[in-house]
Amino acid sequence: MSDAREVILGRIRAAVGGAPDRVAYDQIGREYQRKGSLDREACLHLLKDRLLDYDSEILEVGSEAEIGGAVEEALRRAGEHSVLVAEAFPKNWLPSAAEVVVDAALATEQLDGLGTVLTTCEAAVAATGTIILVHEGAQGRRAVTLLPDHHICVLARQQVVETVPEALAAISSSRRMAMTTISGPSATSDIEMTRIRGVHGPRRLSVVLYGE
Amino acid sequence: MRISLFVACYNDTLFPETGVAVTRVLERLGHTVEFPLAQTCCGQMHYNTGYHREAVPLVRRFVEMFRDAEVVCVPSASCVAMMREHYLMMAEAENDSAFLADVKSLLPRVFEFSELLANRLQTEDVGATFAHSVTYHPSCHSLRMLHVGDAPVRLLRQVRGLTLLELPKKEQCCGFGGTFAVKNADVSVAMLAEKQGCVVETGAEVVTALDNSCLMQIYGGLHRAGSAVRTMHIAEILASEGAAL
Amino acid sequence: MSVRVGKTDRAAAFPVAAKTALKNDQLRANVRRATDTIRGKRALRVEEMPDWQQLRDTASAIKAHTLRHLDEYLVEFEKNCELAGGKVHWARDADEANAIAIGLIRQYSEGNSHVEVIKVKTMTSDEVQMNVALEAAGITPIETDLADMIVQMGHDEPSHIVVPALHRNRFEVRDLFRETMHRPELTAEPEDLTGAARAYLRERFLKVKIGVSGANFAIAETGGVCVVESEGNGRMCLTMPDVLISLIGVEKVIPRFEDLEVFLQLLPRSATGERMNPYNSLWCGVHAGDGPKAFHVILLDNGRTKLLHDEMERETLECIRCGACLNACPVYRETGGHAYGSIYSGPIGAILSPQLQSLEHSRSLPYASTLCGACYEVCPVKINIPEILIHLRGRVVREDQATLGGKLAVENLAMQGAAAAFQSQRRYEAAQRLAQAGQMLFRKGDQLENLPGMAGGWTKYRDLKAIPKQSFRDWWKSRSKGASA
Repeated sequence: MSDAREVILGRIRAAVGGAPDRVAYDQIGREYQRKGSLDREACLHLLKDRLLDYDSEILEVGSEAEIGGAVEEALRRAGEHSVLVAEAFPKNWLPSAAEVVVDAALATEQLDGLGTVLTTCEAAVAATGTIILVHEGAQGRRAVTLLPDHHICVLARQQVVETVPEALAAISSSRRMAMTTISGPSATSDIEMTRIRGVHGPRRLSVVLYGE
Repeated sequence: MRISLFVACYNDTLFPETGVAVTRVLERLGHTVEFPLAQTCCGQMHYNTGYHREAVPLVRRFVEMFRDAEVVCVPSASCVAMMREHYLMMAEAENDSAFLADVKSLLPRVFEFSELLANRLQTEDVGATFAHSVTYHPSCHSLRMLHVGDAPVRLLRQVRGLTLLELPKKEQCCGFGGTFAVKNADVSVAMLAEKQGCVVETGAEVVTALDNSCLMQIYGGLHRAGSAVRTMHIAEILASEGAAL
Repeated sequence: MSVRVGKTDRAAAFPVAAKTALKNDQLRANVRRATDTIRGKRALRVEEMPDWQQLRDTASAIKAHTLRHLDEYLVEFEKNCELAGGKVHWARDADEANAIAIGLIRQYSEGNSHVEVIKVKTMTSDEVQMNVALEAAGITPIETDLADMIVQMGHDEPSHIVVPALHRNRFEVRDLFRETMHRPELTAEPEDLTGAARAYLRERFLKVKIGVSGANFAIAETGGVCVVESEGNGRMCLTMPDVLISLIGVEKVIPRFEDLEVFLQLLPRSATGERMNPYNSLWCGVHAGDGPKAFHVILLDNGRTKLLHDEMERETLECIRCGACLNACPVYRETGGHAYGSIYSGPIGAILSPQLQSLEHSRSLPYASTLCGACYEVCPVKINIPEILIHLRGRVVREDQATLGGKLAVENLAMQGAAAAFQSQRRYEAAQRLAQAGQMLFRKGDQLENLPGMAGGWTKYRDLKAIPKQSFRDWWKSRSKGASA
């Protein structure tokens, strides 16, 4: 088996070894838009528009102190009473009127029985309505954000960037982490191209937007 | 201007009226038309079917014949596409620097008929009268390889009496595709059925294009179905001075 | 040691298979509706991108550069993946890839008599027919992508790269689900069917210990892998099992993490007409306390390195499997995917299949196109598919001409005759006159009927005007004579 590696690499070298190198990596042209062109307000407006377009729910608050209340509101709208959070989730952001379950390496079966998960995230892309999780600290591990049917994600306005390149640049230091990008709830169009919300991932996505 | 006409082998043999019309339009506009009788084929049929070796002498023949032309007019977008997409590559593969230099120098002087009129000669009104409803099928090669854009439509809009009707799904291929039409006759005809339906849907009396190859395909379907819609190369409409269909 | 692509060895030539497909009105209606829908959504989402062409240029340049240095980037990927706790295996062909996968599955499920694995949509696994190999080894593969489930339950073949079950309508899906899931009460509402799939798979996601995936991108710089999906079944398969095995074609590697900024913009808009697909998962090896405890990559060649020699053929490997060329193709629109006799269908299939595996049926694939150029226009990495089709046609002709049968074939003789005629004015004009005279045998009024040989394919379905008595050059000559007289 081990020589499969040498054989394949040998085939490649035989094929392209002497080929002219048209473009070195650093000389690859990147004429596309790498920086956004919108001002702060327009950028946030775009994010909200994109989130709504893909069936996400938005709860807007001002200061950090209001986050707990917004989470409570999201739970109330969904008819839910308890919420799962990672151990590192800030205590002062928790809803006061809901049961809080902390993920202390919970077993899969326990996670599957829980309806709602509450996390933070690393960044958000306005142009595509995408939130990005790198699954550390209050963002929770991957399974935690996947099994519950409702995902409430707390997003700071200053975490929002306009374009995909800006977002990847913003999370570049986490590029070796496990990472999930989420654009709206789970969906499929596999049956007659009819878009159906919610297949295996969370069927409901609520974004709590806070801060300056 | 002294304009050399490369009429294309299939137009020469099957659609002589197109060559006649091109000549009339250009002469009416005060140009001198030349037709080198030794011309034959641009090599597209051979090249696109995979007979690459066989196409080379035809390319050489074309280049030889038109090397000194001021401009070359070709009433077939797909022949021009063959030249622009492949001649350079073929000449490079031949390792013949004189041939390559000739190709490089000649190509910028070769124009598809509507390009020549609307872009090179900057003439949109060619003095035509054609009191009929017409729909325009943008052939794939004119659209996606020559990028002629709205040049043909600008020409048609200046024709007196002509009503231009928009063709639904106009950018979809008619199913001709050269030898595809016979190698994959069943699929070709299925594609034609959709194009034909769109043509009929416009209610136009005439369907036109820059390529008689597509028009031959569309005619084949329309006529078999007993439709009265006529197919005409754009040159024939632009040559018209109002005579009945 | 042999390259194998799906079940192509039993496939019929394209014109034959297409004829069957054309008779299936249901299939054609489904394919049309699906491709029209995606095509429309794609156009909308591309229009809102002012830098679309620049993104295409960069994507193409990154891919071309990577393929030119493929050995270096694969080694870099291997090193970084293993540093992160993954293990990289190399497979020369389909059998070797399957053997590695089966070996790993057995190793991790020692003592279990009934082994199941959950799978997230991977064309590469279809290419190597992994499910067939797993079943033969007593392992049950469970496809979890909704469309793949439909294909698997129907013992069917995928007919599209991105939406493999687009040839099935809701009633067909309902019947399959009723039978396989024992749920006779299911309706044909897509919500109902999707809900059934969720319920059916949830318990399997929780209990199956081994997951199998493909990859959209493998990142050399980090050793990371990226999977792009919509339903969340991908996240399930990549997160919940203890062991993850990812089968990755060697051409899927990209140099750096930041290159994703190009591909993650191009792929979703091209594939499904979304600004971004619901989920992208990225991971590097194993992550303590999160997801699989063991991660294996199988890097697959299976004919790919053969395509590296020729610069034009190499371009084929730039494909990111978005399926936009299928949705844009007027031929695919009529026939659907099965006519291509390969899991890789449409324009990309017509160039990829014959290059990966030289088979009799795949020789017809380069001709399964009118060269209309719609595929090239939408390709997010600018693969010049029409040019490659013509290049492959050249190869087919040269191979044919090397045999006596090929030399004497009607088409070759006709092409040689025409080429000779076109090389001399005298012979060309003589041929013209011969055609004008010869057509009398087939002439009915001003039409030609029942032409012989290949031309019969024309007159069988379409009318054809008779050849005029006077060619253009005849007119020109008579006119010059008139002028000089």
